[in-house]
Amino acid sequence: MLNGLLGKKLGMTQIFKEDGTVIPVTIIEAGPCTVVQKKSVETDGYNAVQLGFIAKGKKGINKPTKGHFAKAKTKPVRFLRELRVEKSDDIQVGHTVDVDMFKPGEKIDISGISKGRGFAGVMKRHGFAGFPASRGTHEYFRHSGSISGGRTIRSRIFLGKKMPGHMGCEKVTLLNLEVVKIIKENNLLFIKGATPGANGGILFIRKR
Amino acid sequence: MNPVINTIEREQFKKGIPEFRVGDTLKVHLKIVEGEKERIQVLEGLVISKKGSGIRETFTIRKVSYGIGVERKFPLHSPSIDKIQVVKTGHVRRAKLYYLRDKKGKAARIEEKITARE
Repeated sequence: MLNGLLGKKLGMTQIFKEDGTVIPVTIIEAGPCTVVQKKSVETDGYNAVQLGFIAKGKKGINKPTKGHFAKAKTKPVRFLRELRVEKSDDIQVGHTVDVDMFKPGEKIDISGISKGRGFAGVMKRHGFAGFPASRGTHEYFRHSGSISGGRTIRSRIFLGKKMPGHMGCEKVTLLNLEVVKIIKENNLLFIKGATPGANGGILFIRKR
Repeated sequence: MNPVINTIEREQFKKGIPEFRVGDTLKVHLKIVEGEKERIQVLEGLVISKKGSGIRETFTIRKVSYGIGVERKFPLHSPSIDKIQVVKTGHVRRAKLYYLRDKKGKAARIEEKITARE
């Protein structure tokens, strides 16, 4: 069976346990997802299933996309993601999956696109310590130190040296997150702790 | 906030919480579990702060116990609170009464709010 689906991050809140302990939770609107395409070793070189999430209106569908959904006999969707499977024999195109596949207490992995931080300095991006705020520091509070050594390494800079640059807006995967609660009627999934990205972002949820 | 989260939070709200403000004196009845047994302990003190909204709302109680200031913070909707009683309503002009931490004796009092009689 399929072991993953797509979801939309709604936001965070907290819930109480009976003994008064507070659990921070992220609420995700997970599924229902439709299987739009099946990929197999014979035709594509690997086994996978293409999942669709959130129905799309009539606008903004060009002919190739229309054909893709017409072939699967499913409604057009906004987001398509591929999920690797070991064998896809028992899965039909057009089949839907929902939050029902998860149980409270289960461990899952979540991937998403992190919030963009723009061009960030080394303190924010790599956690460098910066320089003292007083005692003569002049216009050098948030800089990195020296970026290279002396003659031994021929005054070059090592590849991958941590420097300022673009931060965030990249794929982040969190492993071993706990499912706290499920509300099947509204397709809601409660995850303990935070998940990547902004509210309203698309998340890829997989069983471990 | 997302309307779905709003409804989820509202479902968890506790009923029968009296309306109180910063400066009021409360009796908070706490459920305390000792091994198998559960008993109620009453904490009486002044509300010096209220923070947050929805299910995440908290309040801080301050009392002076044997000459030592004690503060405790509670989630308003916590299941470990059995009951809240308002003992006195105070007349204050601030949202946070942190200045009381530096005051002693008479200076640490809060005037009682006098409401008009009918």
